[in-house]
Amino acid sequence: MSVDATTVRKIAQLARIAVTDGEVQAMVPELNNILGWIEQLGEVDTDGVDPLAAVIPNHLRLRDDVVTDGDRRDEILKNAPQAEHGFFAVPKVIE
Amino acid sequence: MTDLTDLGVAALRDGFRKGDFSAREVADAFNAAVVAGRALNAFLVETPEHAAAAAEEADRGRASGELRPLSGVPLGIKDLFCTAGYQTTAASHALEGFVPTYESTVTAKLFGAGAGMLGKLNLDQFAMGSSNETSAFGNVISPWRRKDGGNAPLAPGGSSGGSSASVAARMAPGATGTDTGGSIRQPAAFTGISGIKPTYGRCSRWGVVAFASSLDQAGPMARDVRDCAILLETMSGFDPKDATSLDLPVPNWEASLSGSLRGKRVGIPREYRIDGMPAEIEALWQRGVDFVRDAGAEVVEVSLPHTRHALPAYYIIAPAEASSNLARYDGVRYGIRELPEGAGLQDMYAATRAAGFGAEVKRRILIGTYVLSAGFYDAYYTKAQKVRALIVRDFERAWENCDLLLTPTAPSAAFPLGEKSADPIAMYLNDVFTVPSSLAGLPAMSVPGGLDAQGLPLGLQIIGRPLDEQGVLDAGLAIEERAGFSARAGKWW
Repeated sequence: MSVDATTVRKIAQLARIAVTDGEVQAMVPELNNILGWIEQLGEVDTDGVDPLAAVIPNHLRLRDDVVTDGDRRDEILKNAPQAEHGFFAVPKVIE
Repeated sequence: MTDLTDLGVAALRDGFRKGDFSAREVADAFNAAVVAGRALNAFLVETPEHAAAAAEEADRGRASGELRPLSGVPLGIKDLFCTAGYQTTAASHALEGFVPTYESTVTAKLFGAGAGMLGKLNLDQFAMGSSNETSAFGNVISPWRRKDGGNAPLAPGGSSGGSSASVAARMAPGATGTDTGGSIRQPAAFTGISGIKPTYGRCSRWGVVAFASSLDQAGPMARDVRDCAILLETMSGFDPKDATSLDLPVPNWEASLSGSLRGKRVGIPREYRIDGMPAEIEALWQRGVDFVRDAGAEVVEVSLPHTRHALPAYYIIAPAEASSNLARYDGVRYGIRELPEGAGLQDMYAATRAAGFGAEVKRRILIGTYVLSAGFYDAYYTKAQKVRALIVRDFERAWENCDLLLTPTAPSAAFPLGEKSADPIAMYLNDVFTVPSSLAGLPAMSVPGGLDAQGLPLGLQIIGRPLDEQGVLDAGLAIEERAGFSARAGKWW
């Protein structure tokens, strides 16, 4: 499988990364080079093999359903590029 | 008086306890070395006040009879660990200006044990790289130079390149690193120091900027095996804030250290004898075999048949996880925001991420997005996770015939900066020996084994069974005792 400029633009759009035409032109051969290299996994017989779920067997813990943290609004907003009235602020979404 | 920066973690701890010097003297000596070593670009943020405050607390504690495990020991902290009140960027513009209001579990444990912080160490951007050249804040330069007189700057390895360079240059007695596919072990090998990646789940990932969550593990980098054992004991332990943290007691690795390998079987995986392996690496490996045999181990050949598929599987799994983890850098909650004139929310996301991420990070996010996208998920991601299961099975079968594995850490000594940066796959191949054990979550360590013809360090890697950090450290010590590695980088900075 290989990617063309249209696919690279589509992936970049899915990843929310703005790309220029020049960047797309450069990325097509780069990504194809990497994808061509990882394609060698096709040689491996994986019939009947379950995909790995966890490297080290570990159980998922349950804890009591109680509040353990919170009341940190100002701390949480401290690094926001724009915070207003105790909220994260973003450009207008709904007209 | 001896130069305090010549001392490692154990010597500083013990000398401080005996009263040979004060913690403040130690902190001052290393703070000065950090300033003197700025040409290496190992530190992104210097925090002499943190080291000094911890030292003064240690000195007061000593006077009142309260000694903690790391009292008197200052450390470098890789800038992937969130540190309360100190900028944490993962060496990316995306997080420029981010000052965490909280402390990562690992650094909280280290500081709680009395350690101070010398500064935040440079790294490959979001820990993606093997040479520290993807940092948004400049290359780290290895303190080592080839002895042919060509003073070409060499890579300190990556991604923990600031950690390796700072320890090798005696700017810090020890440092934290993180390892996703070799990011502790390969830089340790390149700079003639030791570093251990513990079993996945030993060290909490809470507060560590995430790259590939099923692979990321923190670990120490220091001058020798004992120092690594000391630091790892403090860094490890159960943390309810990390869902993959192992709820197990932390063994007393330092107290149990033994360089005897009597009764142990050390496996030599035949598939690691790759085509085109330099003769010097072959010779180093053979030296390692002789060392472990001399320490009493029986050496056996073993097979890990899927070794050559580990790297391609890794370069599907790690980018896939990265594309998901790095989705959080959206310009809303932290880090930079790019808001072109008249832009809406979607344009803001795209512009912010385009401006924040470097080329290698974008490359990996795009690869990850592609392999996870509808129609390709099974062909790439599920396939890679199946291959990963086979790699885990290879190791399980090997453990039927041996207790530890011995391999070179990297396929070459440190290369000049710029040599591989234009060819991603050539760069990825640096991790050929370290990635398989990462995929299997196994404890693995690099220790110096000798020098190449250019006078550059070469590392030997020991891989152990899950949770057998003790076995790994003991074999590391056995090699260290026999390698007699005393070379250090000549000071040119």
